[in-house]
Amino acid sequence: MNIVVCVKQIPDPETPAASFKVDEAAKKVIPAQGIAPVVNPYDPQATEAALRLKEAAGSGKVTVISLGPDSARDAIKHALAMGADEGVLITGPEFEDIDNFQTAKALAAAIQKLGGADLVLTGRAAADWDMGVVPLGIAQILGVPCVTVAKAIEKNGAGLKVERVLEDGFQTVETPLPAVVSVSNEFGEPRYPQLRQIMLAAKKTVQVWGANDLGIAGEMGKENRALVLEALYVPKVESNVEIIEGDTPEEKARNLAQKLRAAKLI
Amino acid sequence: MAGILVIAEANEGALAPISGELLGAARKLAGEGAGSVTAFIAGSEALGKELIALGADAAIVDTNPALQGALAEVYLPAVQAALQQSGADIVLMGQTALGRDLGPMLAFALGTAVSMETVDLKYAGGKLIATRACYGGNARAEVSFKNAPAIATVKAKSFDALAPDASRSGSVSTIDVAGEARVKVLGVQKAESTGIRLEDAPVVVSGGRGLGDPSGFKMLEELAALLKGATGASRAACDLGWYPPSQQVGLTGKVVSPNLYIAVAISGASQHMAGMAGSKNIVAINKDPDANMVKAAKYAIIDDYKKVVPALIEEIKKLG
Ligand SMILES: Cc1cc2nc3c(=O)[nH]c(=O)nc-3n(C[C@H](O)[C@H](O)[C@H](O)COP(=O)(O)OP(=O)(O)OC[C@H]3O[C@@H](n4cnc5c(N)ncnc54)[C@H](O)[C@@H]3O)c2cc1C
Ligand SMILES: Cc1cc2nc3c(=O)[nH]c(=O)nc-3n(C[C@H](O)[C@H](O)[C@H](O)COP(=O)(O)OP(=O)(O)OC[C@H]3O[C@@H](n4cnc5c(N)ncnc54)[C@H](O)[C@@H]3O)c2cc1C
Repeated sequence: MNIVVCVKQIPDPETPAASFKVDEAAKKVIPAQGIAPVVNPYDPQATEAALRLKEAAGSGKVTVISLGPDSARDAIKHALAMGADEGVLITGPEFEDIDNFQTAKALAAAIQKLGGADLVLTGRAAADWDMGVVPLGIAQILGVPCVTVAKAIEKNGAGLKVERVLEDGFQTVETPLPAVVSVSNEFGEPRYPQLRQIMLAAKKTVQVWGANDLGIAGEMGKENRALVLEALYVPKVESNVEIIEGDTPEEKARNLAQKLRAAKLI
Repeated sequence: MAGILVIAEANEGALAPISGELLGAARKLAGEGAGSVTAFIAGSEALGKELIALGADAAIVDTNPALQGALAEVYLPAVQAALQQSGADIVLMGQTALGRDLGPMLAFALGTAVSMETVDLKYAGGKLIATRACYGGNARAEVSFKNAPAIATVKAKSFDALAPDASRSGSVSTIDVAGEARVKVLGVQKAESTGIRLEDAPVVVSGGRGLGDPSGFKMLEELAALLKGATGASRAACDLGWYPPSQQVGLTGKVVSPNLYIAVAISGASQHMAGMAGSKNIVAINKDPDANMVKAAKYAIIDDYKKVVPALIEEIKKLG
């Protein structure tokens, strides 16, 4: 099975609110000092899913693609160190500040240039914009089904059996291949790259493609966004907290219970 | 082309709460000049009448049985047909298992865009502006749409439903359209829920990683039961296997807005706040006075929960 995994590099989603700043005029996030970008937390799970499917089949190839600045190589390297076979970096000025609809177009074009894939795996969402539209977009463009928020994936005849996470439980579905599947955190811990694999990864090929290589230069660029960013800001939160005093935890608890009762909250 | 199409949803034949909330949002936009409101629903004509009472000017009911329990790809042509019939240039749906797939699918099929997990909407200067959280809740983005229709999936509890008004009138028409199911549903497994549903509970007591071990949740369940509430958890606690993921509150979990939210040993990361910031009253029990949850709370106790929670249970019992 030929599997493509899409991985994205994002600002650390656990950046403390105090270090998170936005340039409201430019409508951009100011990178937090000393906090390095990370691989989108769901994407190693997508890589893990690909590797497990390849291992179960005993053959196949796992290619990782990332669209982003040159630093996005680190996200590719991480997947290669986990065991993926090859990487593709999509980069260039045309991709700066594009929206997720353009991102899906670029990734789909790259998958087509690779000769297609039996399965495309993505994370359930990129934890920066958190839209969860890219996997559905790739599927729509490639004309294949999309199964989102997967918790477990297994080969099932010529297709796949996928367990999905719903709001109030789980759903098992069966999809033919080729397909796009987005993977959720419930999938389980991804493997941790070992030193030997990290060294092996350094020797694996990472191709670099620009918008012209993909024949999509005319559709990229900020001016071709389908979603227009009107404003980006940090919401104001005022603190009006009343710290409940008391000499002992028991006294604090008593004071809280009384306050809550007085306010008719209990 | 003008107007709003609302994709309503029903569970086991009854309208889902999001349907009323979406109509509440649509009526607000209609008041701002966005045009009339058409509601789409899969099911029976009776549901169409209920949607009119909740604020729709017209309803389109798709009676095709294949839509029941179906995935978004089966809905896609049905929604496209309703869009055409209504002439709407704005489409609203819920950020639900259906909407989170259908929104992007529809956007890509029509060459337009979608705002996901939208928390606010306005119609100004002839266009729809959608507000949503990004960067894990640290930032808000306001987006508009270059092409039509503008599509937004709306996060639960972002808008209030209107009280049903049976005297409202509007046409209910039926269609019979469904797409092909390439993906087959083999089965659904409901998470076993004990007691009140988290999303509906007037009181929620949630625990985090600071509980130290799963046994802490026993204490929280006792407190929740005493207050006739439900028990929730942070993702850190769920990922550790201390509590079921169906009880997770936050960006990737449930959205709750109870009258009282008691956060025990939860730091208040933006992704957790995204699921409970709409709570009317927040109480934080935390060792750390600088924890974000403490800042967001109305009342806070700075101490070890292991001593505070049992004492709180006793005090509440005494108050009767
Ligand atoms: C109006 C607008 C303006 C924006 N401006 C900026 C900006 O100035 N700077 C900026 O950095 N971002 C910007 N973005 C965000 C950027 O376009 C998205 O983060 C990105 O396209 C992913 O979109 P998403 O959140 O919908 O991804 P999702 O659909 O949530 O991602 C799901 C999965 O798709 C895959 N995926 C997503 N993106 C990529 C990628 N680039 N490479 C490989 N795989 C990927 C991953 O597997 C990921 O887990 C903007 C977005 C919008 C809508
Ligand atoms: C993409 C993404 C999505 C996410 N989605 C969610 C989500 O939906 N929901 C969610 O909750 N998180 C989510 N997170 C994780 C989030 O960023 C935080 O990591 C998580 O919420 C932290 O959980 P916590 O507050 O329980 O743990 P911690 O941050 O470790 O906080 C523990 C707290 O317990 C306190 N404490 C410790 N011991 C005691 C004691 N004895 N008594 C009293 N207090 C004590 C500490 O002072 C601390 O404040 C997401 C993260 C990412 C990247």
